[in-house]
Amino acid sequence: MASINIIKEKCVGCKICIGSCPFGAIEVLEKKANIGQKCTLCGSCSESCKFGAINFMMERVEREDFSEYKGIWVFAEQRYGKLKTVSIELTSKAKELAEVLQTKVTVVVFGSEVKHLSKELIAYGADDVIIMDAEWLNDFNDHVYGELMIDLIKEYKPEIVLIGATSNGRSIAPFISSTLRTGLTADCTELEIDKAERLLMQTRPAFGGNLMATIICPNSRPQMATVRPKVFKPSNPDYSKKGNCILLTVPSPIEGFVKKIRDIDNDTGLNLTDADIIVSVGRGIGNQKNIQLAQELADALGGALGASRPVVDSGWLPYSQQVGQTGKTVAPKIYIACGISGAIQHLAGLADIEIIVAINNDPDAPIFKMANYCVVGDIKEILPLLTEKIKNKKIKK
Amino acid sequence: MKIIVCIKQVPSTNEVKMDPVTNTIIRENVSAIINPFDTYAIEEAVRIKEKHGAEVYGLSMGIPAAKEMLKEAISLRIDKAMLLTDRKFAGADTLATSYALSRGVEKIGKFDIIICGKQATDGDTAQVGPSLAKLLNIPYATNISKILEIKSDSIRCMKITDEGYEEIEIVLPALITVVKEINMPRLPSIKSMKNASKAEIEVVTFKDIDADESRLGLMGSPTQVKRTFVPVHDVNSVTLEGSAEDKAQSLAETLLSIKF
Ligand SMILES: Cc1cc2nc3c(=O)[nH]c(=O)nc-3n(C[C@H](O)[C@H](O)[C@H](O)COP(=O)(O)OP(=O)(O)OC[C@H]3O[C@@H](n4cnc5c(N)ncnc54)[C@H](O)[C@@H]3O)c2cc1C
Ligand SMILES: Nc1ncnc2c1ncn2[C@@H]1O[C@H](COP(=O)(O)O)[C@@H](O)[C@H]1O
Repeated sequence: MASINIIKEKCVGCKICIGSCPFGAIEVLEKKANIGQKCTLCGSCSESCKFGAINFMMERVEREDFSEYKGIWVFAEQRYGKLKTVSIELTSKAKELAEVLQTKVTVVVFGSEVKHLSKELIAYGADDVIIMDAEWLNDFNDHVYGELMIDLIKEYKPEIVLIGATSNGRSIAPFISSTLRTGLTADCTELEIDKAERLLMQTRPAFGGNLMATIICPNSRPQMATVRPKVFKPSNPDYSKKGNCILLTVPSPIEGFVKKIRDIDNDTGLNLTDADIIVSVGRGIGNQKNIQLAQELADALGGALGASRPVVDSGWLPYSQQVGQTGKTVAPKIYIACGISGAIQHLAGLADIEIIVAINNDPDAPIFKMANYCVVGDIKEILPLLTEKIKNKKIKK
Repeated sequence: MKIIVCIKQVPSTNEVKMDPVTNTIIRENVSAIINPFDTYAIEEAVRIKEKHGAEVYGLSMGIPAAKEMLKEAISLRIDKAMLLTDRKFAGADTLATSYALSRGVEKIGKFDIIICGKQATDGDTAQVGPSLAKLLNIPYATNISKILEIKSDSIRCMKITDEGYEEIEIVLPALITVVKEINMPRLPSIKSMKNASKAEIEVVTFKDIDADESRLGLMGSPTQVKRTFVPVHDVNSVTLEGSAEDKAQSLAETLLSIKF
């Protein structure tokens, strides 16, 4: 257990610690700092105090011996026998991490008729692919897949388990981690290894992306994280690479208490998360009719249409097109932000983008700080001109 | 029927301003609100109550001041509320939070449905719902956008997935987490506000719940924040000049040179 207290004699009431606390837990009363209920004992304030007035003690817990936990696991998600792209991205990333730890990558797949997926997973970095293949495993089910995964983890003892932060992944991961009583970090955007301690350093946005936090799980295993699609790039697949496909005997069916009655898939137009070019509209578009201007540009470029939250909240575009913290994370080559101010929650949805173009009539809009190409002007004027020029050029060629 | 709604108090904004000189966070009197997603959970529970008859219990773990928030939840027409508050609960990550809530649920007693918000806006983890369900050993489903039918031993609902929707049936007692699409929360009425002002919030501390101290608060939290930092963005930026025509022209050229 850690403890924290203010050494009143040393405190000068300078208030610097107030700003250093990510949780807003410190107040200065009668010229002395006071640590309140919101304190999570993170220790940030102690480092900020120039007077050594904050006594923070982190008791060194005897580290358990985790040497029997080995290897990095990826829980791969598939649908209709096709891997989700995030599973491939995670397999590639796991390989990178495994090289630092000098350990193996194991990918786990559940489903029906999914044996063929092992080749692809091995090409992207898996050393072993564990497959449970049975007709009753066809549909993702939190309870069923979760119990199977828990049993496997208990038996094989991986030191790290990575899961894609899809809606299924975000739903099953806490089921697994809470059963194993281990830590789980949601929606990581960066994963690194502290080699000496064999710790997974999991970085994720906090406070809606205003702050980044690096999270560790030192005292329990496995270390678990979910990662959003598109955050990592898939490696170049190597189909000559060797690996093991381990077909496990499937236990008799587990009773699911949640039954799927039917699927209703959206008609998939160009999927935002897969698009190379995204034209995104914000409140600056003014009204629903004007969205057509952005749609035409997207069509001319062969790209997809995205939106900021106010546009979706106004019902001008469906939620599936929202980019940002509470929408999708996107990673196109080119992102064209039209009439978007660039709020941090919106930027949180922009992953690895080569080129950001911003069109905005306010030269001080924060989006310009992020953009590679800045156009100060009225989108209603610029968009049609731009579309026309793109169309012309393409025809000439 | 008894319904428990898990309600979290969160800061009203995630705006974190940095002091450029000291590089520290400036927090300007941010007020605390009910986690927006939890207002949909409250409304849905109340709608079930109005249609089928139920007692709706609000449950929160938080600082003592969260009592006021629970009163607000009563003004949104829930019947009773319990606040778990103790220094021993502080510093909890999602696992320790779920554990504390599971002890709170145990204290409330038999229930049919637990409703959580999809996620809390301060952490956006969406982990507490599924964790809590697992600790209570009950089935759960996340991202519920519509309850279609309530039977005595099961409910039928629509769930939002990455691909569209799924219609599912869950055996009760169960836990669901709900998304914004599920309803339009109503404002308090004069009557419900009166109820709220009279309401007594049950305050529960460590000694009132049968809990294992080592699984609570900071001690019971396997994850630790190692460091926090402000993301920096360094970009090569070009501002296009000239008339609208010129800007469009040079932007078109740039785009075409990249793409085609
Ligand atoms: C918990 C939380 C989660 C959130 N999640 C998301 C999220 O996932 N995604 C998201 O987008 N937002 C999210 N938000 C909202 C976010 O904070 C901003 O409010 C939002 O992104 C602003 O959208 P906007 O840029 O379209 O609108 P505004 O901020 O209103 O900006 C409109 C811009 O258009 C410009 N403009 C106006 N007219 C014209 C014109 N004729 N020509 C050119 N430019 C023009 C203006 O100068 C302005 O910069 C979230 C907020 C919270 C609190
Ligand atoms: N401290 C808490 N007290 C009550 N409910 C909570 C608490 N933390 C989380 N929840 C519930 O769990 C949901 C998901 O929260 P989170 O996992 O933090 O994103 C919230 O919408 C609440 O319904």
